Amino acid sequence: MNTSVPLKRLVTRLLILVLAMFAFGFALVPIYDVMCKAFGINGKTAGQYEGEQIVDPSRQVRVQFLSTNAIDMVWEFHSKADEIVVNPGAVNEMLFVAYNPTDKPMTAQAIPSISPAEAAMYFHKTECFCFTQQVLQPGERIEMPVRFIVDRAMPKDVKHLTLAYTLFDITARQAPVAANSGG
Amino acid sequence: MSTVIDHGHADHAHGPAKGLMRWVLTTNHKDIGTMYLWFAFTMFLLGGSFAMVIRAELFQPGLQIVEPAFFNQMTTMHGLIMVFGAVMPAFVGLANWMIPLMIGAPDMALPRMNNFSFWLLPAAFLLLVSTLFSPGGGPNFGWTFYAPLSTTYAPESVTFFIFAIHLMGISSIMGAINVVATILNLRAPGMTLMKMPLFVWTWLITAFLLIAVMPVLAGCVTMMLMDIHFGTSFFSAAGGGDPVLFQHVFWFFGHPEVYIMILPAFGAVSSIIPTFSRKPLFGYTSMVYATASIAFLSFIVWAHHMFVVGIPLVGELFFMYATLLIAVPTGVKVFNWVSTMWQGSLTFETPMLFAVAFVILFTIGGFSGLMLAIAPADFQYHDTYFVVAHFHYVLVPGAIFGIFASAYYWLPKWTGHMYDETLGKLHFWLSFVGMNLAFFPMHFVGLAGMPRRIPDYNLQFADFNMVSSVGAFMFGATQIFFLFIVIKCIRGGTPAPAKPWDGAEGLEWSVPSPAPYHTFTTPPEVK
Repeated sequence: MNTSVPLKRLVTRLLILVLAMFAFGFALVPIYDVMCKAFGINGKTAGQYEGEQIVDPSRQVRVQFLSTNAIDMVWEFHSKADEIVVNPGAVNEMLFVAYNPTDKPMTAQAIPSISPAEAAMYFHKTECFCFTQQVLQPGERIEMPVRFIVDRAMPKDVKHLTLAYTLFDITARQAPVAANSGG
Repeated sequence: MSTVIDHGHADHAHGPAKGLMRWVLTTNHKDIGTMYLWFAFTMFLLGGSFAMVIRAELFQPGLQIVEPAFFNQMTTMHGLIMVFGAVMPAFVGLANWMIPLMIGAPDMALPRMNNFSFWLLPAAFLLLVSTLFSPGGGPNFGWTFYAPLSTTYAPESVTFFIFAIHLMGISSIMGAINVVATILNLRAPGMTLMKMPLFVWTWLITAFLLIAVMPVLAGCVTMMLMDIHFGTSFFSAAGGGDPVLFQHVFWFFGHPEVYIMILPAFGAVSSIIPTFSRKPLFGYTSMVYATASIAFLSFIVWAHHMFVVGIPLVGELFFMYATLLIAVPTGVKVFNWVSTMWQGSLTFETPMLFAVAFVILFTIGGFSGLMLAIAPADFQYHDTYFVVAHFHYVLVPGAIFGIFASAYYWLPKWTGHMYDETLGKLHFWLSFVGMNLAFFPMHFVGLAGMPRRIPDYNLQFADFNMVSSVGAFMFGATQIFFLFIVIKCIRGGTPAPAKPWDGAEGLEWSVPSPAPYHTFTTPPEVK
């Protein structure tokens, strides 16, 4: 027999490989998050703004806002304006309106997405309603701000950005607290 | 390996036990191989009957025969059953039968586990097929079960589907461990790695692919299970997860999976073509390295299934070039098969007919694969019938014809009888014509924009779809005929000599036909 490894040890090694690959399947989840951050995929926007805090008046970028309800979501949800024109380096604000027409308190979570993807890492949010969950009492209407800075270093060929929000009903997952400020 | 081979047994060799319990309790690699092959054929007919439903509905535009919801279950179950129930178990069956005979081993290295890996499969598929009768229906989200279709919007039966996938995954992993252990530990003296027949080589590499990716699939369906029942959000955007992540995890499994389904066929064809060309295989070493290269590359190309999900340009380019690179080792293999036939004394018995058709038609499937690999072109082809045509060309005349070729090639060894050559050739020609009629027009309707997995289509696709359906019915009916040929061969026919093919080489032809219940209890000497 031209055996190099005894059977028991070989099978043990193969079983360890199986377990390692099972773990690797789950490791793909954080790896995917890291890759998304690195490449600015799927609305993973950049971190804190570190560029010069100087407005670039020579350049204008159109920022368009999209508000979508996920399936089964009944809230009224839209931005105050469809688009604004901003200068890189300046702090801008846009208000989004949410209204709960039902007779039950509900919790919602907004998930942002930026396109084009190559601009995502040059889009910095300083405040966003998507950082927290929104709880709305029956019939309550709120205005929710987003503050953002478009990086001065953003590639020159990007003249048009889209910031899209999808609003999910997560009442089942996170029960709304009775009295609250509407976060 | 004295722990595995009980040398005391060789003195009083005994035949199989009697009755049904022989099959339930058997640890004999030939019995288990036979059960795998019959199971695979049963699933092939079942999955095929689902395909017949699909083609009957698509015979004409408009909705005639089945509800769209049921149509979705048919496309899903057809894919799942053919991939996990027909092609993979058929190759495991061939491995069980032939690997010990080819390397001079008395049995598989882990015979009891072998029994268990087989008997998990009927349980898994009973569970899977039973969902069709459940309220809400069976899986309807396509065999690729993309989230959130398979999580948020899935029918109740999805949990049974998840457990079925777990069971068949465990079965495949155990089978693969068994194959690796057998090949690495039970080779006859003198059978060095580079003397092994290519079928053994390709199965060794396939087994490592299985061990590497089936656990990832298990992880993928486990994440689905947790999303559905335990409130996690791996694939749910509402909770901070991402449905696109599902596709990455799935295709990290899914792409090596397509090579799992084709590499053993490469190996079998590499035995059959030299036999009927009466020449040794051209470029044995390059075949081994080409197989290993394909296996390696299969791990770094998965996102070519996802060119349209919005991956960055650098990703599109990387996955496009890596995918195109696979054409190189595959081209080496095709070149070697053609060079083996070059100036050989060719005869065209049924196994050779299937093997030659394999080389030609698999190459066509490979070329449409190259077209799909080009990212910008894929933007148009994605999710059309062109994709359906492509993967049926690599799976039907690839994997399935490889299995047919192997079956005809080794049937004399299994049954002790020659199959009916005239009927075998008829089976080949009907399959060949039926298969091409069914799948070739799909290229055209796909390029013209007919989407896959939809029960209805635009009027301009009507003629091609009717041709496809006629071809599919022809191919399907022909497989009942194959069942008849196999049964006829088992029940009688010209007695087969130990080596029925004069150009054949290998240890499997040194034992009598049919192969005795126990073979190589004393290892043969390989020079």
